[in-house]
Amino acid sequence: MSEKFLEIRNITKVFQTPEGGEVRALDDVTLDIAAGEFFILLGPSGCGKTTLLRSIAGLEYPDSGEIVLQGQRIDDKPPYDRPVNTVFQSYALFPHMTVAGNIAFGLEMENVDKAHVATRVSEALAQVRLEGYENRMPSQLSGGQQQRVALARALAKKPKVLLLDEPLSALDLKLRRGMQVELKRLQRETGITFVFVTHDQEEAMSMGDRIAVFSEGKIVQLDTPVEVYRRPVNAYVADFIGETNLIKGTVASGGIALPGGNILPTDQLAADSVIPASGPVTVAIRPEDLVLATNGMISGTVRDVIFTGDSVRVYVTVGDVEIIASLASYGTEIPAQGSQVTLNPENRAARTVAS
Amino acid sequence: MTAVTTPTKKPVTRARPGQSSPKLAYLPIIFLAFAIGIPLLIIVVYSFLEKPSQGTGVKWVFTTENYRALFIQEKLDGTTAFDTRYIKVLWTSFYYSLITTVVTLVFSVPVAMWIATREARKRTLLVALVTLPFWISILIRTYGMRQIIADEGPIGKFLGLFDISWSILYSPPATILGLIYVFLPFMILPIYASAERFDFRLAEAAYDLGAKRMTVVRRIILPSIRPGVISGVALVFIPALGSFLQSDMLGGGKTNMVANVIANNFGQARNWPFGSALAVLLIILTLLFVLIIQGIAQRRGDKVELV
Repeated sequence: MSEKFLEIRNITKVFQTPEGGEVRALDDVTLDIAAGEFFILLGPSGCGKTTLLRSIAGLEYPDSGEIVLQGQRIDDKPPYDRPVNTVFQSYALFPHMTVAGNIAFGLEMENVDKAHVATRVSEALAQVRLEGYENRMPSQLSGGQQQRVALARALAKKPKVLLLDEPLSALDLKLRRGMQVELKRLQRETGITFVFVTHDQEEAMSMGDRIAVFSEGKIVQLDTPVEVYRRPVNAYVADFIGETNLIKGTVASGGIALPGGNILPTDQLAADSVIPASGPVTVAIRPEDLVLATNGMISGTVRDVIFTGDSVRVYVTVGDVEIIASLASYGTEIPAQGSQVTLNPENRAARTVAS
Repeated sequence: MTAVTTPTKKPVTRARPGQSSPKLAYLPIIFLAFAIGIPLLIIVVYSFLEKPSQGTGVKWVFTTENYRALFIQEKLDGTTAFDTRYIKVLWTSFYYSLITTVVTLVFSVPVAMWIATREARKRTLLVALVTLPFWISILIRTYGMRQIIADEGPIGKFLGLFDISWSILYSPPATILGLIYVFLPFMILPIYASAERFDFRLAEAAYDLGAKRMTVVRRIILPSIRPGVISGVALVFIPALGSFLQSDMLGGGKTNMVANVIANNFGQARNWPFGSALAVLLIILTLLFVLIIQGIAQRRGDKVELV
């Protein structure tokens, strides 16, 4: 990775609520984004990710901190002076302009000469595979097509950073998957740095080079999708990214005492798990890391079995908690509801997490 | 054996939701047809009749003299000359209405945008404040205006402290001021209605694409509120063309608008046929402006219906 490209330094932004309270949308956030990176800001709504995106765009001014792009401070500049462009969640296409008019608008602001504008408009439309739609009005387009126009409009400006604010959230699942692939392709082809806001962890993992997981205005974890998934720093991340069984236990001799009198030996936990000398501890096990075993370590009663096609989800009551195991659809004997089963965590994938 | 009577189903004609009976519309339509149609018919008929040698009313003799008299003056020596008096009056009315429309438009766009960007609760209050003048009779408001702008009124007294002389009452500016005052809400309200629907995220998108403030206003906001602007222009310009109260009470009768001349012919001048002819001319001109405004609206593809 090259040296610093987009630096977010100690950004804080506080909003006043109408009731007179305060919300720390961003609380001393610092992060570096590399050139050409597909960077994801992930978190639930209200976690500050969109505020950060809008601060980079210049639509929001942080209370303190700096935003530096290629060594130049941009946080005090108006949006029209920043070489960044945004694809809005609502698309925000100008309804009184044609598709070509929408895309040309940003270029006209740069005083690009007319002949050149036309070329760049058709270039941008080709990039998003909407050739021939120049003279349509936005109202005549489907949601997916509007999305592409919004993308083309921002890309036509050839920004240094493209900001995407949950651009796919209004599309149906199939279209969304298709657009995810296309966005990856576009990012590769253009080499533009993408900063992508989403609350969808699956989307984040499938697209991002790196993910910053936000909670209450702070970055909780910043890492590659694989690391964030495999090594969540705490229960919040483990729960937010993918599906996780979070089981509360206590440290006992030789392992961790789980509900229902089960003992999970320490040598079954991930090697880098931090195990306190005594006291309560939370164990995180992904459903797909559990397998049925004879004489397994975790025994319980099958409450429900759901066949989803590619997997079988088994809901097992263990003591006073419920554990979900996602078993491979083929080669597994599907346990009957009400039967006693024992489960084993595979490949030392279970780990302790800070709660 | 008990006779089983199957309940005979009465055919129920129930209006589907959103479908109302046309019968409810009959009465108001008939009322409007009479209240507008009959006076209009009377005016048109009267405009082609002669004036009685004495007294008011009409003499039932067909003539086109009234229309000729709008433009041609018969001198005492029997010669005729082109008469510009009524054209001038019409021009004055047009000119005052135009100034009123332009000034109210320039005032209303920022006000409407400002109200539209307030939070919902404040918006309701602010719109109520804009409509506040409607609670008071226009006559009383115009009297009030006369007190305020009078030479010895509050403005005059205040300026007097600085030895600045103030005397606009009974002059054209007073008439125009009165028109602006009365018609301002009619411009603000339709523009506000459009502005309220404006998606301010579009303005953000324009900023993001490199537009500066004035460009955003000119290329994004104004086109979006154009239907409201067109409605406002129609609601101000057309009634302003036919106003007479302001020129009568504030202009002091010195600055006649066409409606004053019409009123005068039905009153003191006792020339109903000529007044009718002038009224018909005003109606035709008004209709022309309506068609022009609607033509502009249609060409732009805006959904504004005036006729």
